[in-house]
Amino acid sequence: MATIESPMAGKVFQILVKVGDAIAEDDEVIILEALKMENPIFAPEDGIVKEIVVKEGQQVADGDVLIVLE
Amino acid sequence: MELFQNMWAAMAFDNLYWGHFVMWAIALTFVYLAIKKGFEPLLLLPIAFGILLVNLPSDIMEPNQGLLWRFYHYGEEWAVIPPLIFLGIGAMTDFGPVIANPRTLLLGAGAQGGVYVTFFGALALGFSIDQAAVIGIIGGADGPTTIFLASKLAPEMMGICAVAAYSYMALVPVIQPPIMKLLTTEAQRKIRMKSLRKVSKLEKIFFPIITVIVITLVVPDAAALMGMFCFGNLLRESGVVERLSLTAQNELMNIVTIFLGISVGATMPAEVFLSPKVIGVFVLGSVAFAASTACGIGLAHLMNLFSKEKINPLIGAAGVSAVPMAARVVHKVGSEADKKNYLLMHAMGPNVAGVIGTAVAAGMFLSVLK
Repeated sequence: MATIESPMAGKVFQILVKVGDAIAEDDEVIILEALKMENPIFAPEDGIVKEIVVKEGQQVADGDVLIVLE
Repeated sequence: MELFQNMWAAMAFDNLYWGHFVMWAIALTFVYLAIKKGFEPLLLLPIAFGILLVNLPSDIMEPNQGLLWRFYHYGEEWAVIPPLIFLGIGAMTDFGPVIANPRTLLLGAGAQGGVYVTFFGALALGFSIDQAAVIGIIGGADGPTTIFLASKLAPEMMGICAVAAYSYMALVPVIQPPIMKLLTTEAQRKIRMKSLRKVSKLEKIFFPIITVIVITLVVPDAAALMGMFCFGNLLRESGVVERLSLTAQNELMNIVTIFLGISVGATMPAEVFLSPKVIGVFVLGSVAFAASTACGIGLAHLMNLFSKEKINPLIGAAGVSAVPMAARVVHKVGSEADKKNYLLMHAMGPNVAGVIGTAVAAGMFLSVLK
């Protein structure tokens, strides 16, 4: 089971996928805001979204799990 | 008829000359850039209005009586406002990335190389040694530090050097990327950096305290800027005086920015501003800024020669103290090479270290020259 982790500290600005979505490697899954910059987070591999761990507006730290894939 | 003549004499039209019109045009251009282009509007707009006011015939900058002169005298000449701005910046700054990766302190220092390159360049071009120091410090792209140093060494250069420093801050996304791409290979830009470790609250509290002790002992003339900077940071990290921290970051910062902007603008009357030296300042300032960018990247390459864990050399460019613009630019250039490379927080290390670096460089100039 793979996870998508936050590559840096920031705030979840927008979640672009839903539970059950099939996603491909390099799809944008979340927009993370840090220092007033909107940074897309990309899927590391193909998979199906099993769980979205964070909510929009939530602060996350470097390495926090954002999304669980299966 | 006589009445009419008297009225005319009381008006100020006779005192205008062509230089004033040029300065009005410059002020209006700045207003345009601030409003339409969003170029540092918080500063550029007050500066522009100050320029306009001082280039209208009035006593507004008359020593001991003009309103803007008083702002200028008690704010900048007494060097009160730049340290207050540093207090606010300190309260806004998260030193986490520096503490997690202390090597970045070196990069913040290395990027000050451009300051010294330009210092000698300006000397060679015939500027006085005090003026050369102020022009060099533009390379740090730090407005408050530039104003602080100018107030101590070359007050006549303050306005123009401040405008140059703030211009290069606004032009970071234009000036830096070509230099960054020239000095790095595609493969180097793709280097991904290891996640930053978590930094404890205790470390964050001790960082400003230790920093201010060390820097003040080594460079006593940086004490005003660094003292306020570290104090602001301690307010932030202590977690018990949120009101003070927020006031330093917001209300106080905004208040002093108003006084700073309008009175810096007022240091640019036509007679001073319209001289060939001004062009020299802008050219040398851009050399300083470009050289600082290059020095930072060069030092990052050098560090990679000696260390196992490679850093992405792009983050060296963030050693100039334009926070957080320079870090954003690093992130952008890095993600152009590899879209899954997130350099933003890694670049914040050298970036906040650069603020310290520029303040220290200013302190060193002061200790040698004053």
